[in-house]
Amino acid sequence: MDMHSPRRERLIVIGNGMAGMRTVAELLERAPARFDITVFGAEPHPNYNRILLSAVLAGEKSLDEIVINPRSWYEENGIDLIAGDPVVSLDAAAGVVRSAGGRALAYDRLLLATGSKPLAPPIPGLDLPGVCAFRDIADVETMIAAAQHGRRAVVIGGGLLGLEAAWGLKRRGMSVAVVHLMPTLMERQLDVAAAQLLQRDLDKRGIAFFTNGQTEEILGGERAEGVRLADGREVPADLVVLAIGIRPNIDLARKAGIDVNRGILVGDDLRTSDRRIFAVGECVEHNGQVFGLVAPLWEQARICAARLAGDDGAAYATPPLFTKLKITGVDVFSAGALAAADNADDEITFHDAKRGVYKKLVLRGDRLVGAVLYGDTADGSWYVQLMREGADIAALRDRLVFGQTAAGGDATVPAGIDIAAMAEDAQVCGCNGVSKGRICRTILDRNLTTLEDVRAHTKASASCGQCTGTVEAILVHIVGAEAAAATGREPALCPCTEHGHDAVRRAIGEQKLKSMAAVRAALGWKAADGCHKCRPALNYYLLCAWPGEYGDDPRSRFVNERVHANIQKDGTYSVVPRMWGGLTTPAELRAIADAAEKHRIPTVKVTGGQRIDLLGVRKEQLPAVWADLNRAGLVSGHAYAKGLRTVKTCVGSEWCRFGTQDSTGLGVRIEKMCWGSWTPHKVKLAVSGCPRNCAEATIKDLGVICVEAGYDIVVGGNGGVEVRVTDHLVRVASEADVLEHVGAFLQLYREEARYLERTAPWIARVGIDYVRQRIVADAPQRRALHRRFLHSQEFVQVDPWAERAERGVEAHEFAALGRAG
Amino acid sequence: MADATPDWIDIGGIDDIPARGARTVRTGGKPVAVFRTADDEIFALIDRCPHRGGPLSEGIVSGKSVACPLHNWVIDLDGGQARAPDVGCAPAIAVKLVDRRIFLAADAFAEAPGPTAAERGQTA
Ligand code: SRM
Ligand SMILES: Cc1cc2nc3c(=O)[nH]c(=O)nc-3n(C[C@H](O)[C@H](O)[C@H](O)COP(=O)(O)OP(=O)(O)OC[C@H]3O[C@@H](n4cnc5c(N)ncnc54)[C@H](O)[C@@H]3O)c2cc1C
Ligand code: SF4
Ligand code: FES
Repeated sequence: MDMHSPRRERLIVIGNGMAGMRTVAELLERAPARFDITVFGAEPHPNYNRILLSAVLAGEKSLDEIVINPRSWYEENGIDLIAGDPVVSLDAAAGVVRSAGGRALAYDRLLLATGSKPLAPPIPGLDLPGVCAFRDIADVETMIAAAQHGRRAVVIGGGLLGLEAAWGLKRRGMSVAVVHLMPTLMERQLDVAAAQLLQRDLDKRGIAFFTNGQTEEILGGERAEGVRLADGREVPADLVVLAIGIRPNIDLARKAGIDVNRGILVGDDLRTSDRRIFAVGECVEHNGQVFGLVAPLWEQARICAARLAGDDGAAYATPPLFTKLKITGVDVFSAGALAAADNADDEITFHDAKRGVYKKLVLRGDRLVGAVLYGDTADGSWYVQLMREGADIAALRDRLVFGQTAAGGDATVPAGIDIAAMAEDAQVCGCNGVSKGRICRTILDRNLTTLEDVRAHTKASASCGQCTGTVEAILVHIVGAEAAAATGREPALCPCTEHGHDAVRRAIGEQKLKSMAAVRAALGWKAADGCHKCRPALNYYLLCAWPGEYGDDPRSRFVNERVHANIQKDGTYSVVPRMWGGLTTPAELRAIADAAEKHRIPTVKVTGGQRIDLLGVRKEQLPAVWADLNRAGLVSGHAYAKGLRTVKTCVGSEWCRFGTQDSTGLGVRIEKMCWGSWTPHKVKLAVSGCPRNCAEATIKDLGVICVEAGYDIVVGGNGGVEVRVTDHLVRVASEADVLEHVGAFLQLYREEARYLERTAPWIARVGIDYVRQRIVADAPQRRALHRRFLHSQEFVQVDPWAERAERGVEAHEFAALGRAG
Repeated sequence: MADATPDWIDIGGIDDIPARGARTVRTGGKPVAVFRTADDEIFALIDRCPHRGGPLSEGIVSGKSVACPLHNWVIDLDGGQARAPDVGCAPAIAVKLVDRRIFLAADAFAEAPGPTAAERGQTA
């Protein structure tokens, strides 16, 4: 260092986490040259967004995507980052910290930002492998690894963290049970009514609950095998996750003689009892309060940085807090009081059981002091704003519970969010601590025009998503509605492009783009070849738009569709011949049996789709197996295709004493019309002969339920990850009508759904009314759709197995190139 | 296979592999995947995904990378490293193209090179 310049003060930060690094970032903005900064972090990672560990666990984000400050940030700002080396002692009198790795460094100012530790219940078995908490990257890695090998998980704790852990593990394919001590979930954030709705919805998603459950012991010898509850119940598990709460991490401070209670005691200046030492984050206690959410930490970081930079007036006060559960598709919001505290308070509640919507507002005089929302949380940020401003809501009271738009009918409160009236330092994104002013500046400085860009540059709305509407409104306020709408809300199709699925499809039709290269050129793709995400989508969109004209590109198909068999985990394939409507014959069964014996196929299994699967076929054997099956008239069942899979049927009027129509025959006729078609995602149909519904038609993409008076057509069901019961489309009188509606429905789905979107989420997105209007109300339109479906079928109803087994199509697929070594 | 020098084995012509595609080569030991990009570059890797051994030869090739068919790890054809955030390496085999014929380095089959410990341990 230059000997002549005055020595900079030395600032040491213990804790390379969210509050600590936010303080440093704020400090660099105010007084970039004041300190030489050294950061100690116990974790071997740069600072990351802990909140998004839930998203990583659920497979929605990668670890890379949640880094807040990459290592380059520390370098660029001259910060010495010592990651992976925890501080083990603090000598406050001498002003020195010592690390586990033997470093001893002196400071002029010290910042404690050590966060908190997971609470562990006082029970035996905590040390077994297979038990972890949910706090850091290492825990998430443990859980992901467990989900790859184990089948069952128990989460202890039904709060925010526990439920997010449970959902993430469920998404990773585990069966999950939650043990919760209290009678209702998230009891600190939700009232009983909302908690019950939440439990019902998570239960429907397949998470099991043991409420009033006190865990007594973690079972297992070598590793965790389950838990035993105090009432004697045992829940088996390969993984046990502890999420019962957190405790401020105060060990260093306490040993150094700094005043602590539950947390490290700080005043409004965020100083500890030692004048040289500051503390922020979950490790502190302020006015008797400890913290578990980030919004107050951003405020602490701001004030602490101001103090460190020399502003002696800056004082901290806890902002109103709100929570949102980060489980995709479950909308839960709560802020402030959960219930009336006494007679002086009022509650307004709204409950629509069918829509699963519940809202409760707590009023104190003419002020809003609490909100609990379930099912529809769009107005959450508005309520928080009213609470923060202490707004007088007397004039809105009758419409308050219906939200901002309804309340906006009043001339005093304009509809929508009033961006102009919002203070510059009003916090928009609580998760990432981003103010309105910062968003505005970034949009202007960087010329941003899309929500995605604003997210990328400011992180606003990138975590829980609660403030998306406000961020969008700010964007529109600054750049105008057109610019923001031009790119729209729809997420980009893949990293190669900014355009979303719908925009790409529109362009294909309007600009008559007929090859992938043409699409990529016209829409400015970033990668010449595209990638494994956009190529299959474009291939499908082109195939659907230009039947008979566009030539399928096998190189843009996922292996299963390219080789017309399902790849298995060991690299072998499975072969599933079509069994029309689930019917077969002795000759077909004999052919399957012969093929299995002749080719020594290890496993023969009846599928969940009413047909037979031959598993463990080597790739080079496929053409020969297919040839043998073809000889008996068996063709591909497209069990691998984003296309028509099965039409399940029941025995119907031909045999069944309850059958009202020929469900089997109708199923076969539907399958004959539809086989071979390519669709955005797989399509499964079923026909049941009466409302007893033995073919399970009400959880299919399209189902037909025969009744005396005709045929009920139901659509948009799904029996997979998220079970969805079909919506009723229409009742028709004849089989011909059924076929016309089926063709029209499939064509509408083919033309309008996004690639990899099954009918259930598609209909949930566009609404059944829209589908009814296009297919039921508008007969000419229905016939046109049906005709377009039949037209495209002319080009695809060729058995892909026969082409390959007999005519040598794509022969290179099934033989090695050569031999070496 | 008349052109093969002692060190290089002629395994076929470039046109035997579809552009943006791959074929496998049988060897005494581990199978090898030979890839052809859209611009006719050729790469060879051991046909095992560093994740859980998926057959990379069955993946979708775009640019100079291939997406594994089992769980979509993206592997660089040039060198065989997995793209972040995944970490791992499918060992690369030396390969050369002479007059549209493809030659693999013979010594590759004696013992396939693995990533060095340093490469494997490298973090951001
Ligand atoms: C073979 C079969 C299991 C069995 O032995 O019974 C099966 C096997 C697979 N299913 Fe299935 N599903 C099979 C019936 C079902 C059913 C039941 C049905 O069709 O009536 C369902 C629930 C119904 C539904 O889809 O609504 C089902 C819901 C899924 C899902 C979840 C889909 C969803 O929208 O949530 C997946 C995952 C996906 O597609 O992304 C899946 C994916 C898979 C994959 C393709 C996993 C994969 O990517 O490798 C499995 C391929 C194994 C193979 O190569 O054969 N499979 N799968 C069944 C084949 C039926 C057939 O004859 O074609
Ligand atoms: C899975 C999950 C989901 C969450 N979701 C939300 C949410 O939706 N909304 C919300 O508001 N909040 C959420 N939170 C809480 C939020 O992440 C925390 O409030 C926030 O991270 C606390 O910041 P902090 O800096 O105080 O502590 P941390 O971010 O924990 O940082 C403390 C760091 O200090 C390190 N450290 C500790 N002791 C030492 C030592 N002696 N030497 C060196 N380093 C040390 C620790 O290793 C840690 O890296 C969630 C938390 C988790 C775990
Ligand atoms: S066959 Fe279906 S349910 Fe069974 S393991 Fe595979 S994807 Fe899961
Ligand atoms: S085996 Fe290749 S991604 Fe899993």
